[in-house]
Amino acid sequence: MTKMHIKLTVNGKAEELLAEPRELLIHVLRERLNLTGAHIGCETSHCGACTVEMNGKSVKSCTVFAAQANGAEITTIEGLGSPDALHVLQRSFREHHGLQCGFCTPGMITRAHRLLQENPAPTEDEVRFGMAGNLCRCTGYQNIVKSILAAASEINAAQEAAE
Amino acid sequence: MNDLSPSREERIANLKGLGCSRKRVEDVRFTQGKGNYVDDIKLPGMLQGDFVRSPYAHARVISVNKEAALALPGVIAVLTAEDLAPLNLHWMPTLAGDKQMVLADGKVLFQGQEVAFVVAEDRYIAADAVELVEVEYEELPVLTDPFAALESDVVLREDLEGQSAGAHGPRRHHNHIFLWEEGDKAATEQVLDSADVVAEEMIYYHRTHPCPLETCGAVASMDKVNGKLTLWGTFQAPHVVRTVASLLSGIEEHNIRVVSPDIGGGFGNKVGVYPGYVCSIVASIVTGRPVKWVEDRMENLMATAFARDYWMKGRIAATKEGKITGLWCHVTADHGAFDACADPTKFPAGFFHICTGSYDIPVAYVGVDGVYTNKAPGGVAYRCSFRVTEAAYFIERMVEVLAIELGMDAAELRRINFIRADQFPYHSALGWEYDSGDYHTAWDKALAAVDYAGLRREQAGRVEAFKRGETRKLLGIGLTHFTEIVGAGPVKNCDILGMGMFDSCEIRIHPTGSAIARLGTISQGQGHATTFAQILASEIGLPADSITIEEGDTDTAPYGLGTYGSRSTPVAGAAAAMVGRKIRAKAQMIAAWLLEVHEGDLDWDVDRFVVKGAPERFKTMKDIAYAAYNQAIPGLEPGLEAVSYYDPPNMTYPFGAYICVMEIDVDTGEHEIRQFYALDDCGTRINPMVIEGQVHGGLTEALAIAMGQEIAYDDIGNCKTATLMDFFIPTAWETPNYTTDFTETPSPHHPIGAKGVGESPNVGGVPAFSNAVHDAFRAFGLRHAHMPHDHWRIWKIANQLGLHG
Amino acid sequence: MIPAAFEYHRPVDVTSAASLLRRLGDEARVLAGGHSLIPMMKLRMAAIEHLIDLQDIDALKGISIDGDTVTIGAMVTQAELIAHEGLAKVAPILREAALQIADPQVRYMGTLGGNVANGDPGNDMPGLMQALGAAFLLTGPDGAREVAARDFYEAAYMTAREEDEILTAVRFTAPPGGYAYEKQKRKIGDYATAAAAVLIGKEGGRVAHASVAMTNLSDTPVWSPAAAKALTGTDCGPEAIRAATEAALADIDPTEDNRGPVAFKRHVAGIIITRAIQRAWSRA
Repeated sequence: MTKMHIKLTVNGKAEELLAEPRELLIHVLRERLNLTGAHIGCETSHCGACTVEMNGKSVKSCTVFAAQANGAEITTIEGLGSPDALHVLQRSFREHHGLQCGFCTPGMITRAHRLLQENPAPTEDEVRFGMAGNLCRCTGYQNIVKSILAAASEINAAQEAAE
Repeated sequence: MNDLSPSREERIANLKGLGCSRKRVEDVRFTQGKGNYVDDIKLPGMLQGDFVRSPYAHARVISVNKEAALALPGVIAVLTAEDLAPLNLHWMPTLAGDKQMVLADGKVLFQGQEVAFVVAEDRYIAADAVELVEVEYEELPVLTDPFAALESDVVLREDLEGQSAGAHGPRRHHNHIFLWEEGDKAATEQVLDSADVVAEEMIYYHRTHPCPLETCGAVASMDKVNGKLTLWGTFQAPHVVRTVASLLSGIEEHNIRVVSPDIGGGFGNKVGVYPGYVCSIVASIVTGRPVKWVEDRMENLMATAFARDYWMKGRIAATKEGKITGLWCHVTADHGAFDACADPTKFPAGFFHICTGSYDIPVAYVGVDGVYTNKAPGGVAYRCSFRVTEAAYFIERMVEVLAIELGMDAAELRRINFIRADQFPYHSALGWEYDSGDYHTAWDKALAAVDYAGLRREQAGRVEAFKRGETRKLLGIGLTHFTEIVGAGPVKNCDILGMGMFDSCEIRIHPTGSAIARLGTISQGQGHATTFAQILASEIGLPADSITIEEGDTDTAPYGLGTYGSRSTPVAGAAAAMVGRKIRAKAQMIAAWLLEVHEGDLDWDVDRFVVKGAPERFKTMKDIAYAAYNQAIPGLEPGLEAVSYYDPPNMTYPFGAYICVMEIDVDTGEHEIRQFYALDDCGTRINPMVIEGQVHGGLTEALAIAMGQEIAYDDIGNCKTATLMDFFIPTAWETPNYTTDFTETPSPHHPIGAKGVGESPNVGGVPAFSNAVHDAFRAFGLRHAHMPHDHWRIWKIANQLGLHG
Repeated sequence: MIPAAFEYHRPVDVTSAASLLRRLGDEARVLAGGHSLIPMMKLRMAAIEHLIDLQDIDALKGISIDGDTVTIGAMVTQAELIAHEGLAKVAPILREAALQIADPQVRYMGTLGGNVANGDPGNDMPGLMQALGAAFLLTGPDGAREVAARDFYEAAYMTAREEDEILTAVRFTAPPGGYAYEKQKRKIGDYATAAAAVLIGKEGGRVAHASVAMTNLSDTPVWSPAAAKALTGTDCGPEAIRAATEAALADIDPTEDNRGPVAFKRHVAGIIITRAIQRAWSRA
């Protein structure tokens, strides 16, 4: 089958590759670019373990073809923080026990990151509604919600202090 | 002269040992997307395997034509039962003493059964090739109902024809697997016959599935140069997998290395051995290249191990004052196409006979009939210790039904029947020895916390308002007091495939006072790397932050039976405590030599040995570790290492009191959890933060099971719930906040008194949610309605009670 | 779950997209957000040789509000519908309904055009568009035409759209008065057990005009003129609502699925319709 030339910007880095159009974005990220943070959970766009950010939107990368993503800017969990400078959400999830097996966590944090961009001071209900595209089997969500609310407060406090 | 600062309290805090809500060490990598799960493994030249699966629930396989698939560029091999038969690998033993087809051998017995294994250069080619394998089937009559299966002339397991006995005794019908009995049947029936009151009910705990977010998978790599097989996979019991792999393949056990990498949730799904693992190994041996197999979600829900599916017929007898006098239970257990239950060998119904629960019941009987049907095999303990979930649900429903029969308050009925604190250790009528408990204290604390009397008043007011037509919502108060049995188990009566159910810990203290410890268990999210270090920190006086925990690599970790059935803390946690004590014993000798005193003149104090009466004379564990490697101590080997294999003298019996307050819309069948209070007593608490997280998660899995999650089939055996659209997993939006609480009754036989907690919230949660639904309708005459309580089934309750006008 | 191979096309204008469709015939499908189509392809329930991705066609994007005429490009996503303040002012029912579709990630990708065009009876927007009396703008090789939403749906996945036509936009007149989109579902991400869109205009304490449509209660969306008639001219009291609900129920034909049997669905549909009417009236 004919392969396509695909260009992506992933975590700020330009990437070029040849792929069949049908190749799923999650496989491009995990198998070609070795970004294995996003995971495959359900494959029918229900669980959100594969969530990444594409052109400023949270998307389920198991339901996006490589061809569709051609030209897109993508951010994955690997692009959110670094070992030396973890993102507030990464710290907050650890601080508040917002994860257990860790399989849903990259998708959760990536989604929460976008949620807080759009709604920097969400209520608990808004967090629960805004995170409803991501399933977790371990935590019962209570500490995930707590982690996100705490991260929002921390980000807002830091911004206020800076102003 | 030694400096006596920091203070004792500071030294204790510095250890981050028992009782500390230590932040998890695992989270650093998980939050950065740097976990290493099986599908993250990528080896040079690795191939991808994929299954051709049966679309039919029962059919003869007439032919399998691989030609078109093999002609597709990039396809390396297509394996069928014919290819595996010469290796004697077309069937494999199950954990339950039965055998299971690896690839369809002449017929298929459930939808989704593995028929052929395609091996290709990548997963896209493999998927295309699966489509090209042509299988001709001849459909056979399908049996999905276990009661009908026991009457039917249709023979499901032709391979067993003529075998009148199986691994667990006589088979009375060709679709019958076993009858397993416990207790005193005659005495129980005599009590029932003469009782003041007998409540009788059929209680179905429906078929469901553990559905961890990561599906099952494996990577097999046969190194033909060195004769070594390495197998990475989603294994809750990696050491047992190594033994099984060796027995099946004939490769000597030292030439097999099994690795469980990070596991994305298990909940029992990853205990069993699946055809995918076997086929990956065979394919790697055949091709000489690494082979990966990872199932997709539909395959996971349709083919790897289900849970529950117990039809429990119960009769409970009591005096008219409400004192329970006897319990009788007969279970029709739907095991699917093969008996692949994951239970200790001698317990084909697991620990179901814990079903007398928290109550002092003088006499009881349980009989369980296992039955074959055209459904997926399994019967794993989904966040449960071997059928304890079914047992707890059964007794907690029976007590509610009895309360209705007696016209009593269900909280009071429980209270007058609880085993009293002074009765422990308590011998149950079905043969268990409960280690410790204080049920009355927990129960009173729970009832007070939710203002039980106030809730009942509110509920009565609601019923009146409903009858007056002022509201269409009812209020349910779901009560549960559960007793679990976990930590299998004493080797004398618990084994898996002959391997005694001990567990192990090995530790090496490094010269500078840090350590690495390895255990026979494997975390799937429970946080072992965090909590086992805490147990060791408190035992050996080195900070938890200085102790690395490793599990899951059979080349390095000591043999253990793995993580399921809440056994890690009771068994491996005990091994950790015991290994710490061995270290301390040697350390004491070293300290004595260093301090030039007799060993008996030393006291252990947090992180050091101190000379009695001379607090300024001490050696810390850090000092001692260094000395162990740089001093020639007469009569002592250098080094500071130990290993402990722990065979628990008994199981542990965690318990809890849960109360769920639920609003129910009688018109739409929708519900809302207004309050959920969960009190857990898991004995000594190692890490309260982790315990609370386990409770939240277990309750949410319970919510799912009680309120909608099921594996359902139509009449011809099609699985109707094979995607996450239909298999209910609640999102953050449908999940409530929980209030957690505790009492602490240590286990008298566990070295640190810990009992295990991971599964309690699922065991106790399901009856709490279900009882809330039932309780809402009690005033209108409901006795029992089967789970799951999804919208239409709740609506059906209201409809049948005439509440829709 | 791996889709079969296909050829990929990404035209930049409607004309090229339409000529691709004509040239490739029934081997081709257009791709909008893909969140219905891609799962079907992954399950290999849809065999497609050519996929025509509409994402680069600017003419299919944007929401325009001209007086009370609202035109929404087919490629406008549910997230964009929700975020659009102008739309929320003139037709707040779109936001209310869109928020009940799928989940956040799917709403970023899922488009209005995709939702109305594929003919899935579970989709929420078709019923709503029928309630609004919207028109669907179609462009084919022979030019453009309009089809009323109320005439568009023939059966499950069968619509008035010709195979070589592209649905380019949706147009409707902003509805005055009260509105409600009520939906019962098992969880976020599920299709409706029953859903209803209701629009009510009020004059002098009476119902001046009404429109009632329902989702996932037949093999097509159901618009019920009889229900509207039962409300019009009344005080929207219990009697009128009962009559309207009964009229609406006479128009549906639900089927049994995992959400429940027919009797349950009919009952729930009645409750949902009643609630939608009550809420729309309270906002009128």
